[in-house]
Amino acid sequence: MSDRIEGRHETPAVDATRAERFPIRRRPFVASLLAGEPDLLVVTGLGAPAWDATAAGDRDRTFPLWGAMGGAVPMGLGLALARPGDRVLVLTGDGELLMGLGALSTVGYQQPANLAVVVLDNERYGETGGQLTHTARYTDLAAVAAACGWPSTTTVRTVSEADELVRQLWDAPGPRLAVVKVAAAEDPLVMPPRDGALLKDRFRRAVLGTA
Amino acid sequence: MPETETDAAAPAAPPEPSWVAPTWEVLRAAGVQVVAFVPDAGLAALLRRAERTDAVTTVPLSTEEEGVAVLAGAWLGGAAGVLCMQSSGVGNCINLLSLARTCRFPLLVLVTMRGQYGERNPWQVPMGSTAAEVLRASGVLTFEVAHEADVAPTVQAAAAMTFSGGGAAAVLIGQKVIGAKAFAPAATEGAS
Repeated sequence: MSDRIEGRHETPAVDATRAERFPIRRRPFVASLLAGEPDLLVVTGLGAPAWDATAAGDRDRTFPLWGAMGGAVPMGLGLALARPGDRVLVLTGDGELLMGLGALSTVGYQQPANLAVVVLDNERYGETGGQLTHTARYTDLAAVAAACGWPSTTTVRTVSEADELVRQLWDAPGPRLAVVKVAAAEDPLVMPPRDGALLKDRFRRAVLGTA
Repeated sequence: MPETETDAAAPAAPPEPSWVAPTWEVLRAAGVQVVAFVPDAGLAALLRRAERTDAVTTVPLSTEEEGVAVLAGAWLGGAAGVLCMQSSGVGNCINLLSLARTCRFPLLVLVTMRGQYGERNPWQVPMGSTAAEVLRASGVLTFEVAHEADVAPTVQAAAAMTFSGGGAAAVLIGQKVIGAKAFAPAATEGAS
């Protein structure tokens, strides 16, 4: 048994309100992550990550999911495999990733060097009333990715660590996953188009020149 | 060690069913570059061909629904693909099939059937008997194939409807084509 497993038996007390005090704000962080990256190919998970990405500027090379929960990472994987010369960023939330946790092992098997996953982890299902996700207790998503063979994984908790992540995300060997602990707070809704066929066609036209 | 003995010791792949080669040709002609799959014994020969083809990327999945998203992502990047699974995997895909329906992503699915004809594992029957209905209810055009010679032409038709028109189509390769899993005659408890 590893220390980690044995440690679990201690079941440390969990502070359910801690995420309200996380210092990183998701909107400025996402804006800085996408700034000056016009060629970056982006897939977002449904809900707040899609609103965050849109608040930073609606763009053709972003495919925001409105559903298909659990699909963001495998969608990013397919895109990364099809476009090995481009950088692919999956921007998603903790609840969305938890629904498709097996995809981390699928990516680990495939090892796409051009893929990054950034998890905006507020330890909440923010769209449905703020119920706690598993990351509010013991699930460590960066550790899961590392255990699946991702070469670069990290969890950032401070604004200066987040700034450093923005500067160095693509320097680390890929696939890379960063969990960014963001404040549990309500931001204004900024929604992308919700017609999926439009989103798909405009993405392909931007990348391939034809829908 | 004599060469003949070395050869005999190597695990020989079972003979390839006659539908596999023409079906693989059809898929390649349709431009398939990605094969995402959860394996099934009935798909083994086709998957071996995929793995031997340098121009094709094979993506083993942890659950079938991932494949719907992987192929949607590949299509965003300009690559066509096929999703292969056993009938029991169809139920896993339902919510992710919304991608194909709402975004009109082309989605070509090959399903090898269990629980349909001569099945000796009753746990395969619930999805085996409902896979086609589940796919149709989810907005996927569904073609059921009961004869080996019909597999390749049906895949060709489904691929045309998928990649040219957009939308989702599935070819269900029946257990009459695949054959029922034999299970060892003496097997009792503990058989898989």
